[in-house]
Amino acid sequence: MDQHHFFDAPERDPIDRVDGRAKVTGGATYSAEYKIQNTAYGFLVGSTVAKGRIKAIDTKSAERAPGVLAVITHLNAPKIPGYQTGKDPSKPQTGGQPLRVFYNDEIFYYDQPIALVIADTYERVLHAAKLVKAQFEKAAHQTDMEANLAKAKIPTGPRFEDYKRGELDAYKNAPVKLEQQYNHPVEVHNPMELGSIIARWEGADKVTVYTKTQGVGSTQNSIRDAFGLKAENVTVHAEHIGGAFGMALRTWPYEIAAIMGAQKIGRPLKLMLHREQMFTNVGYRPETVQKIGLGATADGKLTAITHEATANTSPYEEFTEATVNISRFLYACSNVTTRYRLVPLNVCTPIWMRGPGEATGCFALESAMDELAFALNLDPIEFRIRNHADTDPERNLPWSSKFLKECYELGSDRIGWKDRKLQPRARQEGDWLVGYGMGTGSFGAFRGSATVKAILQRDNKLVLQCSVNDMGPGTATMMTTIASEQMGMPPKQIAVQMGSTGLPPGPTQGGSMVTSTVGAAVHDVCAALKEQLAALASKEGSPFHTANVHEVKVDDLVFSETGLSLKRDGSVKISYADLLQRNSLPALELTKESRGQNQPYSSYSYSVHFVKLRVHPPTGRIKIDHIVSCADAGTIVSPKTAESQMIGGAVGGVGMALMEAVVMDHRFGRPINNNLADYHVPVNADIPKVDVLFVNKKDPYTNPMGSKGLGEIAIIGVAPAVANAVFNATGKRIRSLPITPDKVMEA
Amino acid sequence: MINFEYIRVATAKAAVDALVKDGVAQWIAGGTNLVDLMKKGVTAPQKLIDINNLALKEIKKEGSKLRIGALALNSAVADSELVQKEQPLLAQALQAGASQQIRNMATVGGNMMQRTRCPYFYNTDMPCNKRQPGQGCGALKGYNRMHAIFGASDKCIAVHPSDMCVALAALDATVQVTGPKGSRSIPFLSFHRLPGELPQKDNTLERGELITGIEIPQNAFAKSTHYLKVRDRSSYAFALVSVAAAVDMQRNAIRDVRLAMGGVAHKPWRLTAAENFLKGKEATEANFGQAAQLAIQGAKGYGHNNFKLKLAPNAIVEALKTAVGKS
Ligand SMILES: Cc1cc2nc3c(=O)[nH]c(=O)nc-3n(C[C@H](O)[C@H](O)[C@H](O)COP(=O)(O)OP(=O)(O)OC[C@H]3O[C@@H](n4cnc5c(N)ncnc54)[C@H](O)[C@@H]3O)c2cc1C
Ligand code: SF4
Repeated sequence: MDQHHFFDAPERDPIDRVDGRAKVTGGATYSAEYKIQNTAYGFLVGSTVAKGRIKAIDTKSAERAPGVLAVITHLNAPKIPGYQTGKDPSKPQTGGQPLRVFYNDEIFYYDQPIALVIADTYERVLHAAKLVKAQFEKAAHQTDMEANLAKAKIPTGPRFEDYKRGELDAYKNAPVKLEQQYNHPVEVHNPMELGSIIARWEGADKVTVYTKTQGVGSTQNSIRDAFGLKAENVTVHAEHIGGAFGMALRTWPYEIAAIMGAQKIGRPLKLMLHREQMFTNVGYRPETVQKIGLGATADGKLTAITHEATANTSPYEEFTEATVNISRFLYACSNVTTRYRLVPLNVCTPIWMRGPGEATGCFALESAMDELAFALNLDPIEFRIRNHADTDPERNLPWSSKFLKECYELGSDRIGWKDRKLQPRARQEGDWLVGYGMGTGSFGAFRGSATVKAILQRDNKLVLQCSVNDMGPGTATMMTTIASEQMGMPPKQIAVQMGSTGLPPGPTQGGSMVTSTVGAAVHDVCAALKEQLAALASKEGSPFHTANVHEVKVDDLVFSETGLSLKRDGSVKISYADLLQRNSLPALELTKESRGQNQPYSSYSYSVHFVKLRVHPPTGRIKIDHIVSCADAGTIVSPKTAESQMIGGAVGGVGMALMEAVVMDHRFGRPINNNLADYHVPVNADIPKVDVLFVNKKDPYTNPMGSKGLGEIAIIGVAPAVANAVFNATGKRIRSLPITPDKVMEA
Repeated sequence: MINFEYIRVATAKAAVDALVKDGVAQWIAGGTNLVDLMKKGVTAPQKLIDINNLALKEIKKEGSKLRIGALALNSAVADSELVQKEQPLLAQALQAGASQQIRNMATVGGNMMQRTRCPYFYNTDMPCNKRQPGQGCGALKGYNRMHAIFGASDKCIAVHPSDMCVALAALDATVQVTGPKGSRSIPFLSFHRLPGELPQKDNTLERGELITGIEIPQNAFAKSTHYLKVRDRSSYAFALVSVAAAVDMQRNAIRDVRLAMGGVAHKPWRLTAAENFLKGKEATEANFGQAAQLAIQGAKGYGHNNFKLKLAPNAIVEALKTAVGKS
């Protein structure tokens, strides 16, 4: 193998985000910004009741309003082929039937679309939408989780059956035990970019959409199935995404509605959700009630974990996530029980939100670990190290790599953990109490399959193509970094083309697997490209082909920005342009599929987050002074964007810990803080210095770079670190997120 | 949103005349509240009269008083050296409000006239007496975490959301207005009103009365003031409760003191009983605590906001301590 692979090089110059300039100067085009001639505008009218039937819907005045082209309701909606067969027009689903928009008169949740109004201008469609008047036959809705816990049931399918290792609920008989409940409210992704789509039919059986999606391939499949089209007749573009955090992991009813609308009017149609609709129609992190039971010996050996989670879903579909799974493998423990339940409520279906169930689950587990450590009079890190899982206790496999202990060490050094006192309320600055807390996070290091096409042009430009897109983590930057290192080319010579179904298939942005999957494919296609270049350089007539040497190998060559040369004699060289010209090639093109293999190892990424904060008990205010986030994510491929990922995760975690919550008025079954003034996410003033530290050690098995995923672990474990620090500061244990001033005061 | 007419006027008189002539018109200043209300369908003026060109932006001394024009921007007032030197409490309160972007648009008059942030008021298909008298109050038995603990009625328990106004209430400002019947001056504490039976009425302005400016009398508080705002995040959030504290210290004794609270009532809430108690007393935590207990007599929680009954007195103590440099 080539010796100067980037991941072997001790020092590398991190490259800047390749699309950064375009993004901050308005040069990046987002879904709603494509200028398509003759575009009409759509707006969705939502139900004002949370359950029942549409008794009557009056669209006459809307239809007569200036500029209105059509009003679609369940009464006149075209039949969507996929809806008739019950074929799923979207993912995910373990049980139930995804919402079929305008399918019939049934209302499952507040703001469920009941009409699509289409007009020639945006202002006119907004006005006309207000003129649609519906009457409902109301039924008693259920939106209150607490009041419906009795309805909890096991989701469909073997994956969600109760898990037991060793003795059932063994914590109950442990010498030292802890049993607590942890609550987590509904949180909404709220990316900056709203859900938006432009749909344009190119004929009776052919459609192009520009839509906000984390996976153009999965959106293509959903549209294919819904409208009964051939996949090749569905083109999906989503080059840039203004954040998503999981919100765009499935095709939502608003997208189907827009495609339906464009078909009806025979014109391109643009539909952009309003912020309020982002709270009601495109998923969220479900409300989750968790119970943790822990058992330990007096000397701090965990003997039992029981982890139960009950989360909400919609009335029509089961949404599931891996909330309790973390308790099966994070610590060495021989008796583990997990239970997972769902409660249907009159709301739309949830969708994975960054760090998904693991972030929720870790809040409970890592809070409980802190509580038990305190009960045992042990430092929480020491307690964790005593229960470190040296092999995967769930699957009985060795880890492909695990540098969790290094994370504990790096982070405690940086945050000044030695200044932390075991006893709470031990450090005071004026009226403020100072506390330290930490929380561990983990997420599977997955790798899927991806195909990347590399095109080396005569102008020394290398073009990489893959349908994967970049919702912000820096996918294009990562691809450029790998190709740059592989080919010895500066980043500016490399162009990435992505985010369109016309390109070779790549994975969906999610599950922290894109770098592992697409990065490996870039690595592999570059390796193959070098093989081909070596083969071309070996041909007769090439300067490398001499009387004695008939063949040069990749290892004999140095690849650089303009061409190749012989390692042992740099004067023997040829430019890419020459080489291509001699072989009458306009460019050298290569496509390669690359996929993860099943390995006899268990692969996870790890993070440990440290928080130092101050609490003002009389007024309940919390001020975070310092965050240190450490990660074992294998080799760090793109240091700058990786650091940004971690900082973003820490910010999201602070939101989860201290402020984010959707408030429902159960009398009306609707959210009442559905705007960004009332639904709080952190502002700059809430975020202190965030130090990001990487172990940066290669995983030998995950992929050629040795990387593991990073996006999810960036947030998993942050919320418990904050909650644990609040306890260390005040002695108050707040088990219900978010930790707002009123809770701090009342606790 | 419906189509509306838009005109600009250059003088206060023209502004008043245009509004009086047209029953369905409204003035627009920074637009940071009005445009939201229009987008939400809470209000639907058929005509907007832009008053931004009125020559009412000056911040200046007039005799012993500080005069601020109604169209001075919130950011301009907050950044004004004169204000920071003479009335730092006002600058502190302004700085605690909204965000820099909003303060760059928002005006003094608009700030006083901003409507409550009660979510039921903003959602046109939820009940709200303030928006639609007689509909019932959605917040009374609903989500009322942000709502009033003082002076509410069963018709409305909303709070006035302004930070600036809390400082002006503490500083005994007066409001200059001009209208069809001429000009008058309103003591700041009489400008906003309690909901009573008429929750739709936020203040005591008569139809057609335009705010032209405010005046703050000279005081000796500049060395010991603090605006404490307790909120759900460090910036860009409305107050759970806020306290404007201004103390005139003579050695360790309190010669004079002003206290007002935000986030607790339908108007900026002046704490006269606490002030009277503190006058002449020593600036000790114990005295502050007693004053705070006096201040919250008669306070009433509605469920989600019960925590304010404890937060309010604690915040008063904290604000006083910070004002006199003892925190
Ligand atoms: C997201 C957000 C957060 C905010 N946070 C805070 C906060 O934390 N603290 C805070 O104090 N405020 C906050 N605000 C409110 C902000 O301060 C007000 O919106 C602003 O002060 C209104 O001023 P304006 O000039 O934009 O008023 P406009 O929106 O132009 O007008 C508001 C009303 O005042 C009337 N009006 C305007 N000028 C006059 C006048 N001279 N005479 C008579 N009537 C007049 C108008 O007719 C209209 O009815 C926030 C606003 C937003 C949108
Ligand atoms: S508190 Fe006032 S503003 Fe809020 S719903 Fe009740 S009446 Fe309306």
